[in-house]
Amino acid sequence: MQAFTTLTAVAAPLPEANIDTDKIIPARFLKTIQRSGLGKNAFDAMRYNPDGTEKPDFVLNREPYRHAQILITHENFGCGSSREHAPWALLDFGIRCVIAPSFADIFHNNCFKNGILPIRLPREICDALMEDAAQGANSRLTVDLERQVVVRPDGEEIAFEVDALRRHLLLEGLDDIGQTLQHAPAIERFEQAREAAPWVPSIVL
Amino acid sequence: MPTLFDKIWAAHVVDRLEDGTAILYIDRHLVHEVTSPQAFEGLRASGRRLRRPDATIAVADHNVPTVDRSMPIEEPQSRLQIETLERNVAEFGVPYFPLRSREQGIVHIIGPEQGISLPGMTIVCGDSHTSTHGALGALAFGIGTSEVEHVMATQTLLQKPAKNMRIRVEGDLAPGVTAKDVMLAIIGTIGTAGGTGHVIEFAGSAIRGLDMAGRMTICNMSIEAGARAGLVAPDDTTFAYVKGRPFAPKGEAFDRAVEYWRSLHSDPDAVFDTEVDLRAEDIAPLVTWGTSPEDVVAITGIVPDPAAAADEARRAQMQRMLDYMGLSAGQKLAEVPVDAVFIGSCTNGRIEDMRAAAAIARGRHVAPGVRAMVVPGSGLVKQQAEQEGLDRVFLEAGFEWREAGCSMCLGMNPDKLTPGQRCASTSNRNFEGRQGPGGRTHLLSPAMAAAAAVTGRLCDVRELV
Repeated sequence: MQAFTTLTAVAAPLPEANIDTDKIIPARFLKTIQRSGLGKNAFDAMRYNPDGTEKPDFVLNREPYRHAQILITHENFGCGSSREHAPWALLDFGIRCVIAPSFADIFHNNCFKNGILPIRLPREICDALMEDAAQGANSRLTVDLERQVVVRPDGEEIAFEVDALRRHLLLEGLDDIGQTLQHAPAIERFEQAREAAPWVPSIVL
Repeated sequence: MPTLFDKIWAAHVVDRLEDGTAILYIDRHLVHEVTSPQAFEGLRASGRRLRRPDATIAVADHNVPTVDRSMPIEEPQSRLQIETLERNVAEFGVPYFPLRSREQGIVHIIGPEQGISLPGMTIVCGDSHTSTHGALGALAFGIGTSEVEHVMATQTLLQKPAKNMRIRVEGDLAPGVTAKDVMLAIIGTIGTAGGTGHVIEFAGSAIRGLDMAGRMTICNMSIEAGARAGLVAPDDTTFAYVKGRPFAPKGEAFDRAVEYWRSLHSDPDAVFDTEVDLRAEDIAPLVTWGTSPEDVVAITGIVPDPAAAADEARRAQMQRMLDYMGLSAGQKLAEVPVDAVFIGSCTNGRIEDMRAAAAIARGRHVAPGVRAMVVPGSGLVKQQAEQEGLDRVFLEAGFEWREAGCSMCLGMNPDKLTPGQRCASTSNRNFEGRQGPGGRTHLLSPAMAAAAAVTGRLCDVRELV
């Protein structure tokens, strides 16, 4: 996983609530057995006409937002399916950070596993950041995970909260499986203690 | 004073990290073809083993065709995903129900059906509707593919405890009102983000009065309320359901298990972070009008007017939904014509759902111009329905009777809507394009779906009984 430390980038405003994971990446694109290559179909229905041509009004089809690495949106982003293809599609498009008033739980969790930083900020701050983002290419935002601040183009800093463990794993670009396997003896002890429990039989076909 | 969630949680904490994150033991890992290939690949790349093949079960459901299974799968990418699953389960020794076995079906139907999902367990799957299994009194939730790999390698997940929510539905459901209507009413009340960060325990006499199929329908759609999981405390209804299932404990082991399972309830003085109360009598047969499961209205009602919205953002959102759905404010729901009907899914693909739909279809015929399909949730549901003669009821009434799978719930296989087609669907999501690009979905109960099929419009099922 790519580490996330500091990012200075174009931010794309997407002022819509309840953007679900079917919108981020429709189910028909989930037939891949790889993680990469989904970026071209990110937001497929919002981005393309039925004939495959781009919808010129959609933010990610416009300059400079084609190169956006930050997405600013409204409440409950990523609701619906647990598909990790949603953060994979965002990452493949180039998005490394999503700022919204709230996120759906599974999507929020999936972002951290892929080096994407989801930041919760109040609605009015998201709206102010969207106004910054609407200024275009010269109006970049900086996201500093080390210091836990978003820096607006005028230099104002907005602090954000992030879970300490997740911050650590993101800053270091660490895979949490390795971390958990350090507790293998505790997992073994747990399994041995429950071996006789009749309510967890083994599955043997 | 712990809640049911607190008890199951505490019984599975293996260790705690410095910041309070728990390493939570996972009793059952359900695996399907869409969200697992990258996880198996990750195991291979890192040289890690699958820790507990005997706590893992795999089945292909999302992509599978629901027509003649003796033919090869036409769609090359779907075929590749299913073949990849078959290679992976062979390599890692995962128990697997093959596509052509009668045990094959939607992963959330077969877990309970086989007795693989049991009360008190922690159950995960790379699918958000894993919440279904909460109906047994298990802590069951959907995870992403990275976590699928984490469970494969460690049989645990790193988790912070959820907040506790209790939703009580007291009273008696009116005739024609089903578990699906109860859940749509709940989502309509608390909204699609209402349960975020919470595990919801469903309680109250109306919930206790539901059979396991109804409880599964309720818990299935917990995720549509934004919750991490849904739970119903196990009781005699649960134990009677579990008893005798192929992978459930038998004999004395079953009795000992029941003894333990009886301790799995929220204590009388348990404290919930959030409580919501609904009266069963207030719930009518419901149908969605928009593109979010929270946009529900009684079938006797009208399409709401965006002009009456609380704020400008909501007004614009409602107008977008109406444009997408091809509806106008003030239109009577019961006069909206449908092109397609889908009866099935992990929400409503059980034998009880087939019976409810067949009761309406019996002696009637699908309206001209409507395509109606019935997709049983598993091969065993299909077999049971055929033993009861339900297949003939459906076929004589002009419905299609198909093989088990996720089918038109999410349109990953060839069962999809075409742009602009309107579908009365027993599935769980009415998102834009969910059942096929440009498709329009109205969520409702199996009986209401059958009523829509035979009348050619959204229809109050109470008119037909």
